[in-house]
Amino acid sequence: MRYIRPLSIEDAVGQLAGSAGISAILAGGSDLLVRMKGGFVEPDLIVDIKSIAGLSDIRETADGFSIGAAVPCAVLGENAALKKSWPGVVEAAKLIGSKQVQGRCTITGNLCNASPAADSVPALVAAGAKAVIAGPSGKRTIAVEAVPTAPGKTSLAKGEIIEAILLDKRSPRSGDAYLRFIPRTEMDIAVVSAGVNLTIDEHGVVTAARVALGAAAPTVLLVEEAAEALIGRKLDEAALERLAKVCAGACRPIDDKRGTIEFRRKVAGVLARRAATTAYARAGGK
Amino acid sequence: MNFDPRFSGRKFASVGTRPIRPDGVDKVTGRARYGADFNMAGQLVGRVLRSPHAHAKILKIDISKAEKLNGVKAVITAKDLPDLTDGDAAMYDILDNCMARTKALYDGHAVAAVAAIDARTARQALKLIEVEYEILPHVTDVDEAMQYHAPLINDTIFTEGLEEKPVKPSNVTKRSQFGHGDVHQGFGHADFIVERSFKTEQTHQGYIEPHACVASVSSDGTAELWVCTQGHFVYRQHCAQLLGMEASKLRVTSSEIGGGFGGKTHVWAEPVALALSRKAGRPVKLVMTRDEVFRASGPTSATSIDVKIGARKDGTITAAEATLRYSAGPYAGSWAEIGAMTAFACYKLDNVKTVGYEVLVNRPKTAAYRAPSAPMAAFAVESAVDELAKELGMDPVDFRIKNAAQEGTRSSYGPVYGPIGIGPTLEAVKHHPHMKAPLKKNQGRGMACGFWFNFGGQTCVDLNIGMDGSVSLAVGTVDVGGSRASLSLVAAEELGIDYSQLKAIVADTSSLGYNDMTDGSRGTFSSSMATISAARNAIKILRERAAQMWDISVDDVIWEQGHAVAKREKHGNLGKLSLKEIAAQSGKTGGPIAGHSELVADGAGVSFATHICDIEVDPETGSTRVIRYTVVQDAGKAVHPTYVEGQYQGGAAQGIGWALNEEYIYGKDGRLQNAGFLDYRIPVCSDLPMIDTQILEIPNPNHPYGVRGVGETSIVPPLAAIANAVSNAAGVRMTHIPMSPPRILAAIEAERGE
Repeated sequence: MRYIRPLSIEDAVGQLAGSAGISAILAGGSDLLVRMKGGFVEPDLIVDIKSIAGLSDIRETADGFSIGAAVPCAVLGENAALKKSWPGVVEAAKLIGSKQVQGRCTITGNLCNASPAADSVPALVAAGAKAVIAGPSGKRTIAVEAVPTAPGKTSLAKGEIIEAILLDKRSPRSGDAYLRFIPRTEMDIAVVSAGVNLTIDEHGVVTAARVALGAAAPTVLLVEEAAEALIGRKLDEAALERLAKVCAGACRPIDDKRGTIEFRRKVAGVLARRAATTAYARAGGK
Repeated sequence: MNFDPRFSGRKFASVGTRPIRPDGVDKVTGRARYGADFNMAGQLVGRVLRSPHAHAKILKIDISKAEKLNGVKAVITAKDLPDLTDGDAAMYDILDNCMARTKALYDGHAVAAVAAIDARTARQALKLIEVEYEILPHVTDVDEAMQYHAPLINDTIFTEGLEEKPVKPSNVTKRSQFGHGDVHQGFGHADFIVERSFKTEQTHQGYIEPHACVASVSSDGTAELWVCTQGHFVYRQHCAQLLGMEASKLRVTSSEIGGGFGGKTHVWAEPVALALSRKAGRPVKLVMTRDEVFRASGPTSATSIDVKIGARKDGTITAAEATLRYSAGPYAGSWAEIGAMTAFACYKLDNVKTVGYEVLVNRPKTAAYRAPSAPMAAFAVESAVDELAKELGMDPVDFRIKNAAQEGTRSSYGPVYGPIGIGPTLEAVKHHPHMKAPLKKNQGRGMACGFWFNFGGQTCVDLNIGMDGSVSLAVGTVDVGGSRASLSLVAAEELGIDYSQLKAIVADTSSLGYNDMTDGSRGTFSSSMATISAARNAIKILRERAAQMWDISVDDVIWEQGHAVAKREKHGNLGKLSLKEIAAQSGKTGGPIAGHSELVADGAGVSFATHICDIEVDPETGSTRVIRYTVVQDAGKAVHPTYVEGQYQGGAAQGIGWALNEEYIYGKDGRLQNAGFLDYRIPVCSDLPMIDTQILEIPNPNHPYGVRGVGETSIVPPLAAIANAVSNAAGVRMTHIPMSPPRILAAIEAERGE
């Protein structure tokens, strides 16, 4: 096994592109090291990206925020501007694992681990976040929901690295929220989860919305029909009921050790409704 | 030796105080040595190959490729652990469990092991071992295993305890029955009867430290073993017997222990490590992974229990009956029998009958888990008692007080009780502010009682007085809950010296006489009895030495507050000699001063507890939150109250996990789905409120200080108390443990008719 710590993204891309066998990217290591320790993966090459310039920074730009791929989730919670603009994304990132894990883990790693139960991903999808990808043939930017393709699989090609996650500048009267269901209070993985992001007009009518569900299908689901249930309406009981019903219906969950199909459907609806209520309040809706 | 163990009702100077434990600083600074912290020069890494099948015949094991791998020093199979058990069926089961002989009986059953120069080589070697299996049909559910056509796990098993020997083998190894009176007649006198069936899933003790040992077998056949265990003397006996050694040739040293709770009372890895070391000629360290701990150590039983209780309108129970089916894993056990004994132990009953069935399943061999078998029986019985109180329109505490056992009651399992604490714990609960605290929406309160026998057993203690007057105490019961501190307090009490003058250690098997293991809540009870006896023996010598120094008769010397005092009426001018002064002269007065004790500690007083808890249920998700929890338990005498409270809180915390989320989940393939702490959900800190405790002290008449064991009873009431609270909060009776959110939500919706 070879471990390298490149100083530039070009070097990292080059090393990955030229490697034979199994290669892995290391940021916080909260997934990779656990998988290695469990004997599930034995990489031939590990590329540690934490020393690459800029990858450990959160930058506020004219368009919004750029969150470097090596920024630990705990750091998101310490960025007041990010927290104010995207409280749902930050609260999702701050639910991963435990305090200790949050000091290491990253939202990019969470995305690339491609678990349908990843906590930060539904919040990022609801937020319309984008991933900036560096690769052997240059850079490209795609929607985060296009990154995971199946449990444990991504659309990234050989040699490609996500460099940063982009979040838009907030329009006024907007709010987002993320909720997950776990049987414990922490140190757990979502049985089912929901992220809601919405914008309202001065009358409290929803003008834009995105709703995403986690652990409800092989990848995180962006439920457009659920957004439609909210858009053009105030967040009254009827709209919330409709949202819950659509979300329950949109799920394609499985029965497993963490929960049943029946339970996941029901709770997906409940969480979507509760997350929408919080997002609405954060947007200033009453 | 004339030792009088009877309770004397003395006043205490040291006992009942709360000094820092002698093992505390090393534990919080990381210096303390646990099982995996022992190392030897030239030590190899041991790894075990385990069956991926729930039930399979082992047709062939080819180890030749693994043996040829560079760095591999030994590969063993069952052939390297020949059967030396000489007809001892229980030992044969232990042997077969350590290394499968003809069949793999559960997912995780050991089939071979390697010792190699490093972990990587050992892992590679495991992959090179070729095992040919013939997969057999399996059964993991306790009720399914009892079915007539269930796959047979052992075709030589014919149910014991039936009037006639059955004609056909089955998975039921034994039927046992307890009780007295006539339940049929009793139910005839009842105005109200509650009859229900309950299930509990299998749980693991969840100790944080995995099993770990270092074995070193010398070429002369003697051996040493460093191991994390609850009973190094028992491990020595079992390992010596399985390996064909004399016990005295095997020296076993127990490490600090990161939790055992009954799970470290059996050998699993240790005989394997010894066999590997014997074959390799080098020390071998064997540490289980968490996955192995779940799949291949000793969780508790899964159960299926039917309960029927009847009462008159005035609240008197007229009859009580239970049928209890407990899974034992693939080997015979007595788990249902214990459940059947404890089920109704809290109550005074004229007509009571319990029947237990031990059931074989393709799961790991059941081991003890803190008051083994009692929590599940209490869950079923206390749930039914609660429901019956509701039907009668009686307060659940008053209903229990009315029917509580008391001194002189003939217990449901046979013996007549001496002074006991069930009534006082119930009275304390009745008047506890917790019972009157207001509840919010979606919150429910539950309470329940629990019983445990407690145990005494063989115990040996050495107390050595140094020439500087400091005292070392060597005990043989592994310290799992602060017993070194408690035993130091006891020795300080007897000798009349300060706690800081003492240091207690757990001695190895070659340094002290045999001790039973730390189980049955016996550690402090039995070793304190032996410590008192050893201290009194030392005092006798101290008096003799003082008499010599003064040149008077020993009969004229008494021991008072750490000093030899000459009787004033005869020797008024002699003053007194401190322990330190006598010790300083010991070289001239007859040599080292010590007190020893070897005894069987009889008369462990039974222990009762009553718990109260408040639970909030989210009716839309089935999620639960423990709002408040109170433990009231009889300790006899709390030697070190902080550690007594710790035992109360620890039992409650484990019970909360068991009640709400912990369970072994098996797939249709008979493989364990959640062999790790991510999906086997023990509570984390933020899941629990501060657990409030109240210690009652109803002296045990059979111990000089009145001590009763306190370690286990605290896990008996929680399943029931929480089930009663959840049932009250959710408005539907919960009958399946754990009450995980999907189960609660399904029950709420079924009740609503959705």
